Amino acid sequence: MSHKADFIAGKQDLLNEETCATIDHWVAKFPPENKRSALIQALLAAQEQNGGWVNTDMIEAVADYLGLPPVWAYEVASFYSMIDEKPVGKHKVNICTNISCWLNGAEDIVDHVEKKLGVKLGETTGDQRITLVVEEECLAACCGAPMMVVDGHYHENLDTDKIDKILDGLD
Amino acid sequence: MSTQPEKMVETVNIEVDGQAMEVPKNSMIIEATDKAGISIPRFCYHSKLSIAANCRMCLVDVEKAPKPMPACATPVMDGMKIYTQSRRAIDAQHGVMEFLLINHPLDCPICDQGGECELQDLAMGYGRSVSRFSERKRVVDDHDIGPLVQTDLTRCIQCTRCVRFLDEIAGTNELGMFGRGDRSEIGTSLSQGIDSELSGNVIDLCPVGALTNKPFRFSARPWELMARPSLAAHDGVGSSLWYHTRSQQVMRAVPRENESTNETWLADRDRYSHFGLASEDRVLEPMIKLDGEWQTLSWDEGIRAATKALRTTVTEHGGSQLGVLMSASASTEEYFLAQRLARGLDCPNIDHRLREQDFSDDTVRHPGAAFQSPMAAIDEANAILLVGSNIRHEAPILGQRVRKAWRAGAQVAAINPVDWNFHFSLAGEVIAAPQHLPAELAALAKAVAAVTGKEIPESLQSALGEQQPGEAHEAIAAMLNGDGNRMLILGQSALAHSHAAWLRRLSAWIAEATGAVLNMVPHGGNSTGAGMAGALPYVGPGGSDVEHGNNVRDMLSEPLKGYLLWDIEPDFDLANPALSAQALGAAETVVAVAAFASDGLKANADIILPLAPLAESEGLFYTVDGQSFAAKAAVRPAGQARPGWKILRRLGEALELDGFTQVDITALRDEMLAAIKATGPLAEDVQLAALPANGSGLYRLGDVAMYAVDGLCRRSEYLQNTSHAETDFVGLNADDAGSRGLVDGRDVKISQGAGSVTLPVRIFEELPAGAVWVKSATNAGIALGDSFGPISVEAV
Repeated sequence: MSHKADFIAGKQDLLNEETCATIDHWVAKFPPENKRSALIQALLAAQEQNGGWVNTDMIEAVADYLGLPPVWAYEVASFYSMIDEKPVGKHKVNICTNISCWLNGAEDIVDHVEKKLGVKLGETTGDQRITLVVEEECLAACCGAPMMVVDGHYHENLDTDKIDKILDGLD
Repeated sequence: MSTQPEKMVETVNIEVDGQAMEVPKNSMIIEATDKAGISIPRFCYHSKLSIAANCRMCLVDVEKAPKPMPACATPVMDGMKIYTQSRRAIDAQHGVMEFLLINHPLDCPICDQGGECELQDLAMGYGRSVSRFSERKRVVDDHDIGPLVQTDLTRCIQCTRCVRFLDEIAGTNELGMFGRGDRSEIGTSLSQGIDSELSGNVIDLCPVGALTNKPFRFSARPWELMARPSLAAHDGVGSSLWYHTRSQQVMRAVPRENESTNETWLADRDRYSHFGLASEDRVLEPMIKLDGEWQTLSWDEGIRAATKALRTTVTEHGGSQLGVLMSASASTEEYFLAQRLARGLDCPNIDHRLREQDFSDDTVRHPGAAFQSPMAAIDEANAILLVGSNIRHEAPILGQRVRKAWRAGAQVAAINPVDWNFHFSLAGEVIAAPQHLPAELAALAKAVAAVTGKEIPESLQSALGEQQPGEAHEAIAAMLNGDGNRMLILGQSALAHSHAAWLRRLSAWIAEATGAVLNMVPHGGNSTGAGMAGALPYVGPGGSDVEHGNNVRDMLSEPLKGYLLWDIEPDFDLANPALSAQALGAAETVVAVAAFASDGLKANADIILPLAPLAESEGLFYTVDGQSFAAKAAVRPAGQARPGWKILRRLGEALELDGFTQVDITALRDEMLAAIKATGPLAEDVQLAALPANGSGLYRLGDVAMYAVDGLCRRSEYLQNTSHAETDFVGLNADDAGSRGLVDGRDVKISQGAGSVTLPVRIFEELPAGAVWVKSATNAGIALGDSFGPISVEAV
């Protein structure tokens, strides 16, 4: 008998079995009263299910599944750049523009990629293939600056040739 | 009532600006300096909220620390030396202020907070006269979060006080901080409004003009306002407040700090009800109905007419043919004089318990405070059982205290007719339709008898019935028999119940057997004062012996020749509107003293005298736990309205009764206090009639919605625009609806006696089988009978 709140929207059914299993896996890592701690991984799982981004329904479904106020899920979803709230392309390219990468030429790399793909940071190519994530902050690989993350894989010590190869290699 | 020894507090010695002080270990620097009266600027810190340390305004210089430290989040340590005025501290604060102002629009001339703004004040002390920031400022879209609170989010400095308030105190989690860094903003999920019954407090908490009072917006500047201390009389909490007035008009209400009642908070009901003062149907002059037409009178004529009407009734039919019905929110002086007037006319019939239906234990009911412990003791409780109480709506401030206890680890359980949405979790729960509540409580009594080994007294045997305790009852009994401070709280659905006497009696025994305290939350803002002053048919002032008269129910079911109605709307404020319409309609004379004249009152009354409501009047008010506050008028009465005690004094004088010669309220109050000080002994126990067996029929659950408790609330358009004012529905459990072929949203006809009304059905999972939820004090309820009583439902 727990505290029912107005905010339970009954949307948890939107999550499929695999997503629920992933969320359960992460929930188990935290004390039972701290389900809030599992929000990041839960939202990432929902994002995986939903084709790389989460809409309002998915965010509420996660909150609902975890029994948390939806506001908490929104806060997390809107804070982290790994969680997209708008439709994205098939691949997500995150170029670090934080201090170490910036000093090592991240700006030139962004320029090059923008020209190559014909889209600005934050936009998706017309063929829905690649999304350039806007203003990515430090991804903790300063030793290999400049760097970027493509679909969760780290690529370090970038130059234009290396980037062309990586981007051209995406399907 | 805590008898625990005072806790030993470990302390440490620190030095602030060269001043040595001893402060509790683990407290924060800002707590120590606040106590010592040393001022440190702050925005996000609030003593009642969790520590966020996100505004950085309270940076101070701590010896040996490599950088300035936030005073709100730095625990004191032994030997710590703190400098609040050093160069480094001042520089840090100046720097923070410059950052805070970067994205602030500085639109003070058009901002409602201007003149009472913490940011404006501190910017005077710590800000630069010229901004060095020449870049573009950010703009944030506003959200419509309901009729009570206005947002101007561009002004927000992200202190998150509002977010923390709704998370921690109000428990609704309706606001959040979205985005990151310079793009973070406060918002609601899905742009929903804020429904919390305490939402107005975010206005007071907001240190800038991002959240302001919507109805008050653009209507006055703070420096034009006079602050007048008063209190709220919509529930027995008696929340302390300031009325801010201008030109004899109440412009707004803000909380007045009082730890023993409302702390620093104010319920929305208390904050926004005053907008009803300017209602179109305010009575501004004495009025009389002649040949069906209302005509205005002077006060002299009005008093003469009322005197004649009352005198005629008494002379022709005797005093016992007069009935005095009073609101449960009048001042104690009004009750005192009204009962003196009634008894002076040999009329023993006076009552203020208008929403109650069961008076069978009257002679043994204590007429004073309904709380056995102070309200603040709820905070310290370890176990709380709610009986028939939606405490969140009945007394929002007490609901907040129960939540506070729950957050501190208390167990809360409920025996309720609805699975109400509380802002705390329930450790045990029995949900039963109103007609089954006595049996459920009896089952709990049996479980309590089993767990305590105490025998249920003979006088309760006839209520015990067949029902055996289930697991839920046993769990609640164990909870009540546990350690620490334990408490039962009886709410509206118990006290207004058709078998309230049994509920009271069973609760009293359960409390006695387990060592818990029994607290009741009666309807109205001064029921304590009413009882003490003797506005009851079975006791006089101070519990003195009087000739027993009829209670409110008997006065209406056996119609009298004349009635005196005090500040009530009979079609809304009585437990059985159909019955009261009949009785008042048949009466020869109905004299009403009222602030508002609804059509219902005008149809029934013959004479209406204009009464000044609390904000315009004076008087002594008692809270449910017996604290008193002498309210003074915040503004002059509208029109010809007069304070109730003056009206009664003139009536008493004109009727040539003794004891109506007071020249001012002080003399009256002294006389009254002397009379109510003594508490007479109560009668011997009375034996209650056995509980009838539960039928299988449907039963009405007619509680009163939060914003319908009195005429003033019902006339505050802003409160009536909130979601809590949606009361026109027939709530049914899915099974009850299904078996009758009723569908959610479709109209249904409900009948009680001869009265019937058609309303849409709403299916509630929260309702048990057998209950029909039709709120009282609504337009639809006028045609119906008992708030708690049999009801029939049929498809149309």
